[in-house]
Amino acid sequence: METLLISLLNGLVYGMLLFMLASGLTLIFSMMGVLNFAHASIYMLGAYLAFTISQFVGFFPALIISPILCGLIGAAIEIWGLRRAHHNGHIAELLFTFGLVFIIQRVVQMTWGMLPMAYRVPPSLDFPLFVLYGSNFPAYRGFMLVISAAMLLGTWLLLKKTRVGLIIQAALTHPHMVSALGHNVPRVFTMVFAGGCVLAGLAGVIGGNYQTTEPGMADSMGPIVFVVVVFGGLGSLAGCFVASIVMGMIQTFAVVIDYSIADLLRPLGLAISGDTLLTEVLTVPVARIGALLPFVMMVTILFFRPRGLMGMRDT
Amino acid sequence: MVGHGGIMMLLVRGLFAAVIAFSLGIAARPAAAADDTIKVAYIDPLSGPFASGGDEFLKVFGYILQKVNADGGALGKKFEVVPFDDKLQPAEALIALKNITDQNIPFVMQCTGSNVGAALVEGVSKHNARNPDNRILYLNCGALATELTNEQCDFWQFRFTGNVEMRAAARIKALPPEVKKVYLLNQDYLFGQSVQHDTKKWLAKLRPDIQIVGDELMPFGKVQDFSSYIAKIKASGAQSVITGNYNRDLNLLIKAAVDDGLNVRFDTYLAHLIGGPTAIGSAGEGRLSSVIEFHPNVPVELNKPDAEAFDNGWRANHSTDFSEVPFLTMFQMLAKAIDKVGSTDPLKVALALEDMKATDLVGFPVWMRKEDHQISMPYYAAHFTKDVKYDSEKTGLGWKTDFIASSEDLTLPTTCKMKRPKS
Repeated sequence: METLLISLLNGLVYGMLLFMLASGLTLIFSMMGVLNFAHASIYMLGAYLAFTISQFVGFFPALIISPILCGLIGAAIEIWGLRRAHHNGHIAELLFTFGLVFIIQRVVQMTWGMLPMAYRVPPSLDFPLFVLYGSNFPAYRGFMLVISAAMLLGTWLLLKKTRVGLIIQAALTHPHMVSALGHNVPRVFTMVFAGGCVLAGLAGVIGGNYQTTEPGMADSMGPIVFVVVVFGGLGSLAGCFVASIVMGMIQTFAVVIDYSIADLLRPLGLAISGDTLLTEVLTVPVARIGALLPFVMMVTILFFRPRGLMGMRDT
Repeated sequence: MVGHGGIMMLLVRGLFAAVIAFSLGIAARPAAAADDTIKVAYIDPLSGPFASGGDEFLKVFGYILQKVNADGGALGKKFEVVPFDDKLQPAEALIALKNITDQNIPFVMQCTGSNVGAALVEGVSKHNARNPDNRILYLNCGALATELTNEQCDFWQFRFTGNVEMRAAARIKALPPEVKKVYLLNQDYLFGQSVQHDTKKWLAKLRPDIQIVGDELMPFGKVQDFSSYIAKIKASGAQSVITGNYNRDLNLLIKAAVDDGLNVRFDTYLAHLIGGPTAIGSAGEGRLSSVIEFHPNVPVELNKPDAEAFDNGWRANHSTDFSEVPFLTMFQMLAKAIDKVGSTDPLKVALALEDMKATDLVGFPVWMRKEDHQISMPYYAAHFTKDVKYDSEKTGLGWKTDFIASSEDLTLPTTCKMKRPKS
């Protein structure tokens, strides 16, 4: 019971971090029809920038400045890079962002070096918020929850209550119609791309010290964010939210499950023993393959429901 | 379309010209600087996600060679390290090996990854069998899998670092007597499984009083949130987590334990790896230990001013620790062997290296065993504390030795049945 509650809380924190990263990607993906491979790289950039800025002016100003810088970088990428590639079709755009991943990775390595940064939780947030069955819940995780909830609310208000949001929403589902109605779709694209990068940067700022700020952080986050976007469905922020929380929960809960398929079969009178072809597959505990589950779920949902959990359009 | 065709032709022609110029360049290079230096090729990841290790080792070799060359090099010539990038891929390493043998370089070092190491053992062995007049010697400075000097041992490989089993023996010997319950957590791939296996073997051998309350493999580099593992460790009542995890799989684990307030020791194999101390920081104080080849406080503890001065020479220009004493020993033994036989012929040098005895930087004896070409060297079990003269990576905390496992302690039986060359 206590493990359940603690895992629930931790799954929620991780899920919200995923959502912050994935929401921006969903918006970009839905609008441009292109998976932005470099999205996790912007997340990494956000963490590194926050580390450097926080050394001069402290963590809280960095929390504002770093995402803004990421947004500006995003806008620049869109205006001078993607927009040109866009004329040559989706494949060109895809390859363009794919190349960016390596360029950003190398730039980060050359600027900050190959080693992890000493980017730490600010002292003012470095205390246990409350104690649950003898386990501390760190204040910083609470802070992450607050920030991501505020971001969720902010994005929702922007999309639902403003004129800009209305156009973005329309462009999510009917991009051609929106441009036919005379809206400046390229500018909307730039805005969405920059906005997505702001969110990725923000996730980087609070994820960089929750995890480790190192050149490999983009590689470790990238695949799982794509899974969230595809699983959640194209053009649906709600789907993205549900998918993020589900993935967060799965990853934390899988670790606790020590059972394997063989254990499930045992009550049925089927005992697995010996060294056959399937022994390894059947006896591996869920905990050992937990990190694989999100990918299994993505494959499954693409098979049964290609547009994702709450998708509005086909992928 | 015609325009496009023209551009394509130009591109293709340009490419051809570049390729030809490039291969000429390669062909011309060895001739130009043939006899000035003794070349030692170095294969490791110098790009991609694992580049931090290779990049650092390259700097370390630069520093070590300053000393080795100042001490006279070998045959009156200086050593020169020629780096090659393998991106931690066995296939890339074999391409590099081909390139190296084409340049007639007699020695090749590789210090990261047992998968690459295994490929090189085989590749070098085959190459030497087919090209007896252009042989090459593989100096293994960091492929740790125990098998490489047991089942897969080869005459043309010399390992200048302790294998997993030697490290496991040192690790278990160094556990304090009050530890009675341990939790094993390792990465689910070759190295982690090897650590898991050898840890259990040596626990049974040396500390039958210790109970293993958890034994788990986790996905390598995929886990984002370790709090659930911490909950499991806590529920098991373990006093110590023995783990071969490194980099983020270790940093995040320790961070999660500190966040949770769980008070447990982390007895690791690789916490001292470059970047580890920075990432872990004060979270490791009083709970983290590792088995290390060398650390900056060893000369202080043993009162060896010369070694301390050598270490300080590194610290003056780098923010990382110098723990690569085995690399220095390797070059010193290589120089000794080359001087002894008066040539860089790999076969003669190999025979001279067998059963060679030497002393390391602080004067401890080391020995290259003839049976399996595995070095016997001391290991230092150390914990991470503020109470040291030299801190690690400018974190304010550093390594303090608890226990020294000597060369004799770590001379373990081998199953190696080596095929020796006839000539």
